[in-house]
Amino acid sequence: MKERSQIISRLVESLPPSGIRKFFDLVIGREDIISLGVGEPDFATPWRICEAGVYAIEHGRTSYTSNRGLMALRRAVADYLEERFAVAYHPATEICITVGVSQAIDLAMRALFNPGDQVIVIEPCYVSYKPMAILAGAEVFVLPTSMREGFQPDLERVESLITPRTKAILLGYPNNPTGATYGRTTLEGLAALVRRHNLLVISDEVYGELTYDSEHVCFASLDGMRERTILLSGFSKAWAMTGWRLGYLAGPREVVEAAVKIHQYSMLCAPIMAQYAAIEALRNSRRDVEDMLAAYGERRRIMMRGLEAIGLPCHTPEGAFYAFPSIGHLGLSSEQFCADLLGQTNVAVVPGNAFGACGEGHIRCAFAASIDEIRTALDRMGDFIGTLRPLERASAR
Amino acid sequence: MNKTVLQLLRTEGRMSADEIAERLGISRDEAVGELKRLHDEKIILGYRAVVNPEKTGDDAVLAIIEVNVTPQREVGFDAIARRIYKFPEVRSCYLVSGTYDLLLLVEGESLRQVASFVAEKLATLDHVHSTTTHFLLRKYKEDGVLIQEEDETDRLIVSA
Repeated sequence: MKERSQIISRLVESLPPSGIRKFFDLVIGREDIISLGVGEPDFATPWRICEAGVYAIEHGRTSYTSNRGLMALRRAVADYLEERFAVAYHPATEICITVGVSQAIDLAMRALFNPGDQVIVIEPCYVSYKPMAILAGAEVFVLPTSMREGFQPDLERVESLITPRTKAILLGYPNNPTGATYGRTTLEGLAALVRRHNLLVISDEVYGELTYDSEHVCFASLDGMRERTILLSGFSKAWAMTGWRLGYLAGPREVVEAAVKIHQYSMLCAPIMAQYAAIEALRNSRRDVEDMLAAYGERRRIMMRGLEAIGLPCHTPEGAFYAFPSIGHLGLSSEQFCADLLGQTNVAVVPGNAFGACGEGHIRCAFAASIDEIRTALDRMGDFIGTLRPLERASAR
Repeated sequence: MNKTVLQLLRTEGRMSADEIAERLGISRDEAVGELKRLHDEKIILGYRAVVNPEKTGDDAVLAIIEVNVTPQREVGFDAIARRIYKFPEVRSCYLVSGTYDLLLLVEGESLRQVASFVAEKLATLDHVHSTTTHFLLRKYKEDGVLIQEEDETDRLIVSA
């Protein structure tokens, strides 16, 4: 038998295990956990959307679709992007329906990167950006951000990471895990850098519908950016459709063509019933999105008040459904805090370092949970922190 | 995007002023003031529990009754509607478009009691032409609330 190192690809072996995966192993087998650890809505998919999926199945719509996805869905996506975010894409040539945004990230990176190309990633960020870039052969340069800066990218530091080999900047906003989003000024600043250094942008805007204090600004809608942006979004978050696995990639014709080339060999197409359901989501489900957003808004308020009450400093999330409070002053690493919290109180939150090294000292608390669950979890977290404080004082002496 | 006090109370009628204040991010005084206004202006008329009749052992009988009436000069349907809705047996009374005029929800202790209400009180009223009575067999959903709770699906406890 060959040794492991002879069997598994060196590239795959070199990828660090997901921090979430590690924590998930601790959770398995425990019962009655109150979880603020999820990365998905706690709502079921709105029934009108489910019903459209059921109808598709009942009517024998169970075949492949065109590689790029159903034309009717691409049209609906194009109309939606134009109406909501003021970016126009041609449904025939500039949109590809994907299996979740996860696949869209993979496609975008493999379509763009040559070995040795460099990409700038702003951390903390979604767990898959860096590994997917590495798998696509790119070299990742990380820009850390901090709570002190409101998790906004420092443009000078972004520029200092740019080399002649830099090909793209990867953006994810509103951000998982910090809940921060970028306003027009920051985005214009990034756009200026992109222009000056002739870069591309991969922009994951899957939480774009979920903003609380201001309207989401789509990167491709900025002056001159449409031709330089690969826009990724999908249905999982705003329409509570995580399990349907449906997203899309929109961008300049040649990039979409390249992505479709990979897609046709690796995936062929996204599931047809999910595509029919998504047409209903875009055409008739705005009210459902607004209702869910209003519910997240209430929970956000309760989460922020609760975190304040138990003394955890936190950037107020402007979007998505995550709070990313600091626990750095409590003398435990993020992983230790989460493991002890789980062990002692049965509350699950995610260690911040799962989202990049600069997430250390933070925990991610999702408010995609019921108000009762959020309150109970925060109460228990408060009690847990109370047990730490005496130790903290002792060690300070 | 914020909900209003009224929207909150329409789904959770028992919510306290403190809870309303926290949910909406307003002060307690503002919440109390808005509650008072909603009651004073009779915008909120009352609060009710939504009950699962299958769990109470209550054998009350409900019937949905379609009523055809002749509207009257000057008062239209209002006078006959009033005459009908004043009966305590009538839980709800609506004027509707279509093949009949009034739609009633009538409650009685037994089938016999509802039947005699229809035969003796309702059908005999002047201006009432005809009635069609549908006895209610099972409630699935009432005022937006599911009577039988559905199982929740298990989400992953931790996910990216």
